[in-house]
Amino acid sequence: MPSAEQREAARLFQVMQQGGAQAVDAPVLLPSETLLDLYGEDLRARAYVTNDPEQGEMMMRPDFTVPVVQMHMNDGADPARYTYQGQVFRKQDPGALRAREYWQVGLELFDRENPAASEADVYCTVRAALGDLPFTVETGDMGVLLAAVQGLDTSARRCAALTRHVWRPDRFQTLFDRFCGRGDDQVQRTELAELAAEDVPARIQAAGPQIGLRSSAEIAGRVAVLAEDANVAPIPAQQAQMLEDLFNLRDTSVAALARLRQIAQDLPTISPALDRMEARLDALSDAGIDVAQLSFDAGYGRHAMEYYDGFVFGFYAKDRPELPPLSTGGRYDALTRVLGQGREIPAVGAVIRPGVVTLIRGEA
Amino acid sequence: MLKLGVPSKGRLMEKTFEWFGERGVGLRRTGTDREYAGAVDGVGDVGLVLLSAGEIPRELAAGRIHLGVTGTDLVHEKIALWPSKIASLAELGFGHADLIIAVPKCWIDVDTLDDLDAAAAAFRAEHGFRLRIATKYHRLVHGYLRKHGVADYQLVDSQGATEGTVANLTAEAIADITSSGATLEANHLKILQGDLILASQATLFGSRTAPWGDVERGALAALGAEMDMDLSDCIR
Repeated sequence: MPSAEQREAARLFQVMQQGGAQAVDAPVLLPSETLLDLYGEDLRARAYVTNDPEQGEMMMRPDFTVPVVQMHMNDGADPARYTYQGQVFRKQDPGALRAREYWQVGLELFDRENPAASEADVYCTVRAALGDLPFTVETGDMGVLLAAVQGLDTSARRCAALTRHVWRPDRFQTLFDRFCGRGDDQVQRTELAELAAEDVPARIQAAGPQIGLRSSAEIAGRVAVLAEDANVAPIPAQQAQMLEDLFNLRDTSVAALARLRQIAQDLPTISPALDRMEARLDALSDAGIDVAQLSFDAGYGRHAMEYYDGFVFGFYAKDRPELPPLSTGGRYDALTRVLGQGREIPAVGAVIRPGVVTLIRGEA
Repeated sequence: MLKLGVPSKGRLMEKTFEWFGERGVGLRRTGTDREYAGAVDGVGDVGLVLLSAGEIPRELAAGRIHLGVTGTDLVHEKIALWPSKIASLAELGFGHADLIIAVPKCWIDVDTLDDLDAAAAAFRAEHGFRLRIATKYHRLVHGYLRKHGVADYQLVDSQGATEGTVANLTAEAIADITSSGATLEANHLKILQGDLILASQATLFGSRTAPWGDVERGALAALGAEMDMDLSDCIR
């Protein structure tokens, strides 16, 4: 007999299909390579890894999004709306009470025409599927953060370094402090930075034999980067403050947008992202969501999976902070770029955890 | 019978025997020199079990041996939440080894974790895959790099001759234990600056999960009295 969790998964899966989504599936055993390359070691530490004598390292499906996007990029129709249901497997910290295998029901939307409408669509579909459960909502927008970093008065390399670590807040802060000239861990590389470019190859050679794949050209390249970086002026204090205010902004969506528009007067790179945010709020409002009450936390999403790069949201069980989220989702255009090998398509998706739904209802 | 697990061969075994011997407890192998059997002189109800040092943590955690001598590195790497299953009773003062990250000496631009992180980003952009770090200490190394916010690397498994992986093009950097640094030096590698991932040494551990009956408790007390040490942490 199916468990309450399975029955709820089946119900949600049906709701998604009734909404016009095509049912898709993914294997439980996935080749490690793609997943690892996308997510890195943090995922390997969380995924159950096994070995096939012929296929090599395999992972038990930790997530559906990657295989579904892969399938879509290979031979999917355009636009497309998919749903899936199945178990995912994640190692938990020793002693943690969280489930190591649980069901997910997901929705993935690929659409070039109207990103704001797609975002509102996914959000509202999840919200409707959760019905009258007691939940709270959090939203954010990684696109605004990424655009803000791009707008800093600093070198392109420093922007890229910060962008790369947006999802690792501690590391981001260390770098940011250093680029603002206030880090107490200022790395003193003056000697290397002052080395004349023509002397670098000799220095590399003197240091030791050339071993490994990383070539002396790559080493010299980074020495040049260090030299260049030593001359970059610190990020102005006022701008640094502005970025921190932006990252820490928490308000209702409408008020947050107004505040962000003010910031954009000094940081115009965020304006296109704000236009998208505004269009999304309009679409949500048209769908009956009270955006004047919808909470917005600019930093929300920084601790989530690295592939979300725009709108992000999560539904949480009200007064039950010990439970995992009921649902999380967001926009992940960059992931389709990586998996599409040159092609890309705007994508937004969400997962619901039926097990948490049944827990809140008191069925499990 | 209290079961004491000690490394079954090599310097680690000899030094362990010496350490116990200096404290009035005679450990010796019995039978032929190829037979893995041993005995304990001086204290009753203690049996000697000769095991691979790498298996001692697992045996301690499972409670199949009561006491065991092995490296801190192996206990920390192999046993999640180890303090709940295993108690560290005494550091033996030998078998010192530091778990470190090393990169080719010719990488004049990389001296710190910070540099490694930046080099990893550039490497991935250039080569299309993540910078490979060869190790057998996956858990410790991942935890350490995660804590320090290093990205764009991958761990590749290496159960031996890890220092050679860079020259053999199967890794760009390594994470391994080193005592003198001589093998690193010989393989043209240098240690990254900053704190160690782990400073390890041979340690006497006690199992918290083993069946501690009256006989075993008596033997533990007798062993502690003979060696003039408090070994009771594992039965608290």
